[in-house]
Amino acid sequence: MSAPTVTSLSCPQCGAAIELRTLDQALSVVCSSCGSILDARDPNLHVLQEFQARQKFTPQIPLGTRGTLKGEKWEVVGYQVRGITVDGTTYYWDEYLLFNPYKGFRYLTQYDGHWNDVQVLKAAPAEQMTGRQPYVTLHDEKFKHFQTATAETYFVLGEFPWQVRVGDTAVTRDFVAPPRMLSEEQTPEETTWSLGTYMPAAQIWTAFGLPGKPPHARGVYANQPDAYMPLAGSMAKRYLLFVAVIAALILIRLVTASRETVFATNSAFFKPGAPADSLAFVTPTFTVSGRTANLEVTTEAQVDNGWAYFEYALVNEATGTTYEFGREVSYYYGRDSDGAWSEGSRRDRAVLPSVPPGQYFLRVAPEAQVPTSFLEYRIIVRRDVPTLTPYLICLALLALPPIFVALRAWGMESARWKESDYAPSGDDDDDE
Amino acid sequence: MTGTVIPSAARSAESRDLHLRHGERVDVTARTADCPNCGATIEFRWSSAVQTVCPYCKAVLVRRDLDLEKVGMVSDLPPTSSPIQLGTEGRWQEDGFVVVGRIVYRYDRGGWNEWYLRTMRGGSAWLSDAQGDLAISAPATSGIALPAANALQVGQSYAIDDTLFRVASLTRARYAGIEGELPFESWNRDEALFADLDTDGNGDTLRFATIDYSDGSPVAYVGTYVELDQLAARNLRRIEGW
Repeated sequence: MSAPTVTSLSCPQCGAAIELRTLDQALSVVCSSCGSILDARDPNLHVLQEFQARQKFTPQIPLGTRGTLKGEKWEVVGYQVRGITVDGTTYYWDEYLLFNPYKGFRYLTQYDGHWNDVQVLKAAPAEQMTGRQPYVTLHDEKFKHFQTATAETYFVLGEFPWQVRVGDTAVTRDFVAPPRMLSEEQTPEETTWSLGTYMPAAQIWTAFGLPGKPPHARGVYANQPDAYMPLAGSMAKRYLLFVAVIAALILIRLVTASRETVFATNSAFFKPGAPADSLAFVTPTFTVSGRTANLEVTTEAQVDNGWAYFEYALVNEATGTTYEFGREVSYYYGRDSDGAWSEGSRRDRAVLPSVPPGQYFLRVAPEAQVPTSFLEYRIIVRRDVPTLTPYLICLALLALPPIFVALRAWGMESARWKESDYAPSGDDDDDE
Repeated sequence: MTGTVIPSAARSAESRDLHLRHGERVDVTARTADCPNCGATIEFRWSSAVQTVCPYCKAVLVRRDLDLEKVGMVSDLPPTSSPIQLGTEGRWQEDGFVVVGRIVYRYDRGGWNEWYLRTMRGGSAWLSDAQGDLAISAPATSGIALPAANALQVGQSYAIDDTLFRVASLTRARYAGIEGELPFESWNRDEALFADLDTDGNGDTLRFATIDYSDGSPVAYVGTYVELDQLAARNLRRIEGW
């Protein structure tokens, strides 16, 4: 037995043909010609409401369009534009009513290019009212309250399994757990809950074979999945792995570094006030052996409330290659109302990154300003010493991508909640 | 607001029927009978049907021993988009069923179908079909004291068959038509109260209950929302274009 799927009737207001795609499920149908809302259950289709919309809207998916959504066939049978008004501005969204006689009804909503696939729930989720922000739980998933508003119907087309009227209002409460959203709609007659799932617009365009490309989605929608959050999480995990690897490398370096002392002066003295040139001297030649490695020059000067400056030149005897560098050692201390204080250090380390093996000597030109008349100092040269700096630079650079992604995720989250009842203070969205 | 099969009347008649079946019962086994109104041969899907509607002349017929007695007429049912029809077969809870009858209910903001199922093991159940939402229910097994119709309020909770249910909505509906074989022989055409109960604000379960006030004393039914796919249904109505 096969039943007709469409009944044909005519509008009592303007005479235009009226199609009923949902048969006995339709309670109201809108005349596509004059916009009157008709009682679909009345054989004469008496007028429930004459055309009242102040503005005409055109659905992006035409009525009667069939599409395959998540493997199921659906037909667009109704379209309504609803909106909420905040501070004198009305924000409109579209609701498409989909029908399949074997599956019942389903909805698609569209706001600023953001689409949701919505199904009415058969029972209310469990609600917790604790704290400032209530939440509801469905199948162990927690949905945070997003917004409470009064939605008004502004425009209708097609047929509906309820008695639709332009001007209808319902109190809506939205709870989000991206990419899902639970919405409650309350009218004096009934309370219904529905579960929405965020859908990329391109998927809608493919499902219904719509021409062209979907308009670009603007802003961040309440239940829009956060592309950056999971990425930030996985990047943070990967970063911890990097930290572990680098820590292991540091450990290996600490164990394997030879730290071989290749030269050390005995304690030497010079007379501080003398001109630098007269104090300059050249060390005996010393041998740097092994492979090319770093070379650490440690300067220890027993300065007391003063400074010493050492102009160094490391010269390779064979090639004449010269490494010039200057080091300052300064140490000050005293006592004030906060107690004892000190600044600087009597010891300085300089590391030359890679010095090939060979015969070397140091040319040293010291100068100093200290209260004492003689200054004791010492120079120690070691090769192949472990340094942390390259590892730390490496860790800092590796931290940049996860930090960048985390900032994007944070930015998306704050953009999402900016539109909610929980916008940061200063934003006057909180209308609850 | 005239004439409705009181669904509960129907259903409580059914419980009498069940009672009879477990006790001593006159078994009406004939599979066919002639319509006393138009003479057409009527085939029964359920051999113990108490009442049927002649599919040809729409006479409401009640079995009296081996004969059928015409007790009224019904008008044509409005076209439906339901995928279920008389003769649809399926499986639910490891028991096969066949759809043998239907009651159509209407209220000011909608309507629904109650399909009467007979199961292979000799049981029965109701498959309700409202805006594509399907649910299977059977009379509650525990005999709890149900509230009077005028004492019932949305939000109140009652334990029915060991589950706590909350009154979610109250609907005043009336009978809008019948077809096929049904387990009762008389009906009440007044508007009657139906209470829909859900599982106390816990959307994790698809169980529900209804309390039916159409027959003097309230009758509770407990059931589960189902998807058509879960019923492995055969002989569904073929809907053109789908």
